[in-house]
Amino acid sequence: MQWETVIGLEIHCQLATESKIFSGASTAFGAEPNTQACAVDLALPGTLPVFNEKALEMAVKFGLAIDAEIGKKSVFDRKNYFYPDLPKGYQTSQLAHPIVGPGHVDIQLDDGTTKRIGVTRAHLEEDAGKSLHEDFHGMSGIDLNRAGTPLIEIVSEPDIRSAKEAVAYAKKIHAIVTALGISDGDMSQGSFRCDVNVSIRPKGQDEFGTRTETKNLNSFKFMEDAIKLEVERQIDVLEDGGTIVQETRLYNGDTKVARSMRSKEEANDYRYFPCPDLLPVMIDDDYIDAIRATLPELPDARLARFKEQYGLSDYDAGILAAYGSMASYFETAVDACGDAKLAANWLLGEVSKYLNTAGIEIDASPVSAEALGGLLVRIKDNTISGNIAKKVFDAMWNGEGSADEVIEAKGLKQVTDSGAIEAIVDQVIAGATPQVEQYKAAEPDKRGKMLGFFMGQVMKASGGKANPGQVNQILKKKLDALCD
Amino acid sequence: MHTQTLAELSLGLANGDFSSQELTQTYLTRIEQLDGQYNSFITVTAEQALAQATAADARRAAGDATALTGIPIAHKDIFCTQGVRTSCGSRMLDNFIAPYDATVIEKFNAAGAVSLGKTNMDEFAMGSSNESSFYGAVKNPWNPDCVPGGSSGGSAAVIAARLAPGATGTDTGGSIRQPAALCGITGIKPTYGRVSRYGMIAYASSLDQGGPMAQTAEDCALLLNCMAGFDPKDSTSIDRTVPDYSASLNDSLDGLKIGLPKEYFSDAVDSRIASAVQAAIKELEALGATVKEISLPNTELCIPSYYVLAPAEASSNLSRFDGVRYGYRCDNPADLEDLYKRSRGEGFGAEVKRRIMIGAYALSAGYYDAYYLKAQKIRRLIKQDFVAALNDVDLILGPTTPHPAFKIGEKNADPVSMYLEDIFTLSVNLAGLPGLSMPVGFADGLPVGLQLIGNYWDEARLLNVAHRYQQATDWHQQAPKGI
Repeated sequence: MQWETVIGLEIHCQLATESKIFSGASTAFGAEPNTQACAVDLALPGTLPVFNEKALEMAVKFGLAIDAEIGKKSVFDRKNYFYPDLPKGYQTSQLAHPIVGPGHVDIQLDDGTTKRIGVTRAHLEEDAGKSLHEDFHGMSGIDLNRAGTPLIEIVSEPDIRSAKEAVAYAKKIHAIVTALGISDGDMSQGSFRCDVNVSIRPKGQDEFGTRTETKNLNSFKFMEDAIKLEVERQIDVLEDGGTIVQETRLYNGDTKVARSMRSKEEANDYRYFPCPDLLPVMIDDDYIDAIRATLPELPDARLARFKEQYGLSDYDAGILAAYGSMASYFETAVDACGDAKLAANWLLGEVSKYLNTAGIEIDASPVSAEALGGLLVRIKDNTISGNIAKKVFDAMWNGEGSADEVIEAKGLKQVTDSGAIEAIVDQVIAGATPQVEQYKAAEPDKRGKMLGFFMGQVMKASGGKANPGQVNQILKKKLDALCD
Repeated sequence: MHTQTLAELSLGLANGDFSSQELTQTYLTRIEQLDGQYNSFITVTAEQALAQATAADARRAAGDATALTGIPIAHKDIFCTQGVRTSCGSRMLDNFIAPYDATVIEKFNAAGAVSLGKTNMDEFAMGSSNESSFYGAVKNPWNPDCVPGGSSGGSAAVIAARLAPGATGTDTGGSIRQPAALCGITGIKPTYGRVSRYGMIAYASSLDQGGPMAQTAEDCALLLNCMAGFDPKDSTSIDRTVPDYSASLNDSLDGLKIGLPKEYFSDAVDSRIASAVQAAIKELEALGATVKEISLPNTELCIPSYYVLAPAEASSNLSRFDGVRYGYRCDNPADLEDLYKRSRGEGFGAEVKRRIMIGAYALSAGYYDAYYLKAQKIRRLIKQDFVAALNDVDLILGPTTPHPAFKIGEKNADPVSMYLEDIFTLSVNLAGLPGLSMPVGFADGLPVGLQLIGNYWDEARLLNVAHRYQQATDWHQQAPKGI
C-alpha cells in the first residue's frame, strides 16, 4: 500500500527578553542552579505574576512576520498539573484567546517550488524549570532558573507531508524568529524545541490516521531522523495488521531509539481556566502598527531581493538569505569587493568549508566580512590568483593578519611583469621537448587541451604567483609560433 | 488604655499621654493573660513589637509620626511577614517562615505601626467559623461556647476582647464582615483591586480582598488610609487615587438614598436580627437618609455560584503546596506520587480538601461548561443586579448574617448549612463591591451586624454612614463582660 505521511509541528521558542514573563528575575542561561529564581518563580505563598510587556511585543512581531491575525484581546489561562519543576502546580499559558491567530509561512521544496504551511496559532506561556536526576543519590534536583522564561508555542496545521518538509518548515520558523531578534534560536540550550505530531494514512484517504507526538527534538537532524523512524514504525504496525496508539514518545538522538512515554489514557486533564491573577491583554491597531514599523527585512523578502539585486541562483540565495547573520556578512563582503558572484562563491565554498570544520556559525568566523572583502578585492585586481587566495584565506583564518598583510609577508603577490613570465615560459618550453613535439604534431583544435600541461609547469615554476591569464596568453603565443 | 479606640490611642500618642512602648506592653500583657481563653493569636511577636514600638517612639520624637506610628495592630496570618511564621492556619505552612513582607505589611511598617503578631483564621481562609484552623477553634469573646465567625475570626476576636485596637483581615465571601458581625465590631471589605493582594496567600484570587477590622468606622478609615492603593506587583490592583477616608466621616447623611433588598429581609433571617436592623434603619432615617425597597433577584444563586468559582480557583492556587519547595512534607516518601499524596493529604485539613476536590471537579474536562462557565454567567447576573440597583440608590443595607454566632461544633456535620450563613456577604465579593459590617444590637447577648454595600470605590461613603451612625449610637462601644 502507498502511505501518505501527515505531520504537524509544535515549536517552543524562548523569547529573548531580559527578564522573565511574569517576574523581574533574569533569563540569562547557565547561572548556578536556582540563583535566577525570585519569590514569584519559586511560587512562594502570596506572590503574584506581572506580565512582561516585552514578551507581548515579541509575540506580536512574530505574528506580523507570518501574516497572522493578532489577538486584540488575549487571555492567560492556567494549565494545571503537578510536576516538581512546575512550582505553582500550573503553567500560565493561553488557550482560547492566543496572542497570534492563524498565519502561514512558505517553504522551498527541493524541486524549486514553494509550499505554504499554515500556522494555526502561536501563544505566550512560561517555561518550566529543570529536573536533574544525576548526582543526587536516588533523589532529584530541581533548578528553577528557567522557570518563568517566556516562550511562544507555535502550532502548525497538519500541512506537512515529509520529514524534509518538516525540517524546512522548522528552519523557516527558526530563520524568522532569529531575523526578528525575538529569540537566540539556540537549540542546544533549549531555546528552540520541536514536538512533532506524526500520522500516516493510505494515499488518497481524507481522514487522518491516529497520531503520535514525539517531544523535545532539539536539533533539525534529530527531528528528521525521529520523523523517519516514526513513519517507518507506523507503517510496520499497520502493515502487520496492528493499530496506532495515540501516545507521547521520546526520541533519543544519540541512540537513535524512540520509546513510548505515556498514552492518551494516562494524559493529564489540565483543567484549564482563565488565570484570575492576570487581566486580559488588550491591544489596539496603533500598538500593532507601531510594532509593524519596527519589523526588519524578513527571510522571504531578503531571498527575493538577493536574487533580484545580486543575480544569485535560487540555491545560492536560499542559503545566503536564510539567516540574518549570513546575509549581512554576505552583503558587507559584497560592499567591500563589489562582486556579488565572487562573494557568494567564496561564502558557499571556502568560508563554509572552514566554518563546518570548526563547527562554528558565521558570526563566530575569525575572518570578518570586511576582511574577506579585502581578500576578494585582491583577486579582482589580479594581485593574487584564486588559488593563492585560498592560501591567504587560510592564513587569515589562523590570525596572521589582513589579506594585504599576508600577501606581503608571504610574498604571494602575483607576477604580472610579462618579461618575467616570458622568461619562465621560455624555460619551461626549453625543458619539455617531448611535449612541445607532441603539441606541434597535434591538430590545431586539439592543442588547446594540451596547453594545460604547460600551464601547470609554468605556474609551478612561478610558485603559483604568475598571473594565470597572462601565462595562458604568452604560452599560446610562443607555442603557436613554434608550430608555424 | 485598652478600652480606647484606635483613633483615641492615636491622639493619646500624639499628645504624649503615653508612649508606644507603654501601649504595646499593655496589649502584650493582655494577650499573654487573656488569649488562652480565646485562641485568637497563632503567633505573638512580642520582641519584635517592642522593638517596633521603640522605633516608633523615636520617630515621633523626631517629628515624623503618622496617625498609625506606634499603634499596635494584629495581622491575619494570611499576610506574609518577613522572618515570622506565616501559617495561613494550616499544618501545611506550620513551618513556613516568610522571606518577604506582603505589600500591606510593608505599608504598615512604613507608617510606623507596631505588629503584635499573627491572628488565627480558618485554614487557608476557608470557613465561616474559624473551626478549620490547624491551631484550633477561636472562641467568641461574647460567649466562649460560640464561634467568632470566619475566616478572619482571630482578628475579630482580638478586637472584641480588646487585645489590639486594630487588625487586618481578608474577605473572599464575607470573611471580614461575618466575623465582625458575630463579634460586635466594625470591618470593611474594600472594592476588589483597592488593596494589594501581593503577599496575601491566595484562596480565590478573583474574590480575595484585604481590609481593616476595628471597633469603629473611624478606626477602619485610619487603617484603610494606610492599606489602600495601587501596587505594581498586583496586576489586579487598580491605579486610582486613594481619598482620605477620615476626611469625609462627618459628612451629612441628608438625602442619602438607601436600598433595602427584599431578598435580605425574608423569614430566613432570625427575628432578633431583623428587629435590630429595623431599629438601625430608623436611626439612619433620623440622620437624614431615605429608604426604599429594592430587589436583587439573583441573591439565592450566589451560594452555588460562589461554591463553584471559589473552590475552582482554590484548587489551582493551592497546587503550589506540594511538599517540594517549602511547607509540610510527609516522612520518607516512597516516590514522587507518594510525596504529593501524603504531603497534601496530611498537610491539608478536611474543609480545604473538600474545596480542592469540588474545584478540581468543576474544572474537569466535560464538567467545565456545566459548572465553572455557568457559575461565571451567574456571577455576571449578580453583578448586573447590583449595578442596576446602585443606579437608583446610594447604598444597599441589610443584615450581615441571617443568624448570630452559633455554637462551636454545631454546624460541623453539615457544611452546606454553614455555607448558607454567607448568603448576604458572598454576592458582594462576586460583584467586587465594597461592603461594611457594623454592630447594631444584640440577640440574647450575641452581637448583631448590619451590612452596608456601596458602589465601586465608594468606601468613603460606607465609612461616613457607619461613622454617623456610631456617633448617634453606642453599640460599637459595648464590650464583652470582663473586658
